[in-house]
Amino acid sequence: MPSTPPPLLIGCGAGFSGDRWDAAVPVVRTLIARGGPAVLMFETLAERTLALAQLQRRQNPAAGFEPTLERFIRPVLADCVRHGIPIVGNFGAANPRGAAACLQALAAELGLGALRVGVVEGDDVLAQLSPDQLAQVRGPRTDAPVSANAYLGAQGIAACLRAGAQVVVTGRVADPALALGPLLAHFGWADDDWDRLAAGTIAGHLLECGAQVCGGYFADPGLKDVPDLAHVGFPVLEVRADGRFVVGKADATGGCVDERTVKEQLLYEIHDPAAYLTPDVVADLSEVTLQTLGPDRVQVSGVRGHARPDTLKTTACFEGGWLAEGEISYAGPNAVARARLAAQVVRSRLAEWAPGLQPVRCDLIGVASLFADDAGTWAAGQDGLEPVGRMQDVQDVRLRVAARASQRSEAEQLTREVLALYTCGPAGGGGVRSAITPRLASESWFVPRAWIKEHWSLL
Amino acid sequence: MTPDTATVPLARLAHGRTGDKGNTSSISVIAYEAQHWPLLVEQVTEARVAALFASRRPTRVTRYLLPRLQAMNFVLHDILEGGVNDALNLDAHGKSLSGLLLTLPVQAPKA
Repeated sequence: MPSTPPPLLIGCGAGFSGDRWDAAVPVVRTLIARGGPAVLMFETLAERTLALAQLQRRQNPAAGFEPTLERFIRPVLADCVRHGIPIVGNFGAANPRGAAACLQALAAELGLGALRVGVVEGDDVLAQLSPDQLAQVRGPRTDAPVSANAYLGAQGIAACLRAGAQVVVTGRVADPALALGPLLAHFGWADDDWDRLAAGTIAGHLLECGAQVCGGYFADPGLKDVPDLAHVGFPVLEVRADGRFVVGKADATGGCVDERTVKEQLLYEIHDPAAYLTPDVVADLSEVTLQTLGPDRVQVSGVRGHARPDTLKTTACFEGGWLAEGEISYAGPNAVARARLAAQVVRSRLAEWAPGLQPVRCDLIGVASLFADDAGTWAAGQDGLEPVGRMQDVQDVRLRVAARASQRSEAEQLTREVLALYTCGPAGGGGVRSAITPRLASESWFVPRAWIKEHWSLL
Repeated sequence: MTPDTATVPLARLAHGRTGDKGNTSSISVIAYEAQHWPLLVEQVTEARVAALFASRRPTRVTRYLLPRLQAMNFVLHDILEGGVNDALNLDAHGKSLSGLLLTLPVQAPKA
């Protein structure tokens, strides 16, 4: 048996498509300075992003990958290529080959020569299922889906890296696979080594949201203070052959890594911590322990794993109508009473002129909005809870009216009724803004693994 | 309440974060100090959390305990009124709901 491979460093350059374009630079600088094998991952594919990308691709066959891909990769591509740091990302979205072409053009522009790009495909389920298979897995909706993509696992990514890919581009994969794939390629873990697969998955789970594990989405002044949040660093994890790993962050950045930040990200979006289902393994966090090794260094051990599920979770997206929103603010004495009167006026007008918009939701932002329910139970204190602030004392409040519309013209009626409050509504209203947003509804399907053919190519 | 305890919001003793999946919310509650773990287990119960979120009509509230981390995870089913794809709430993901859970009144030793 050859000697144990050295640890693998994995950095994250983005936790979602709206993340900071400059965040990967300190991460790559850190990977180079530490030396040793390293990988950089980018997670930019949220659930509805992929459905929107499918729609874009329908309009333009060259589109459908992450539109800001070049902004994320340009700052780091040359350093990664020159230092042998592979980049792995799901920025392929609905068009992984389109993303590959974009990256190859970028490499040529930067004088890096031919870029070896691995492309992982096979997540598009509609392209693979027979009508009979589709009938067996689909949910209650009878209309045609816009898209249906399975969450693939880490195997395709691992295969591309073993074949020498400098960048690996995927469509829909389980986010932790972006880290587990590199770990499989580096350590050669067997695909039924459940405990190590689970450890690699949890390492990926801590990396996949960018700064959320190292001080981002954490600060609560006076309770949880975070140094230099404006320059919060992104995570760098060091994973060992036995599956234990240390969570850290890019050198010379803001933020912090401690047991509190790691616990918040560890549990994020987990339901049953003893059974976190992924395409590669079922991870079990019930025996996990953390140990602080030093400033901004926390070791994670005790992750256990169980056999992977027989099905692949698949998200199917459907046309979902429109969200209509209109807002107007009131300030000074009696502001809340004026805002409530405006709400009554808009409700009455919509009941008469756009009856299809029911139910209409009215929020008083600054008194009762985020915690409130559509029916107004919370805002009225009917469940025994009081909305924040005594209403008669609040002197700056924003009315928000929202409804679902099946037609865009219906949505416009809501926004016009709020706009008309400028001359027809209560005294002193100002700052009208409105928005009409197309929506996509989704269903989860569970497709037998054998029906889905993941495949990969090195371009 | 005893003379040695006071009623405080849970936010003084614990922190947490909200995640969402479809119409379901998962909210962690993590003790700042290990010494407070037993009282959190005793007082931050499924029933009390369900009552706090009553206006959202949860179909089920499940609490998972991770004693080694002094953390618990609450899963509140069907409280997002449609979730990110369909809710009318400004915060369709329900990301701010950790703030509601952290308002839960608890009896804590006077520090």
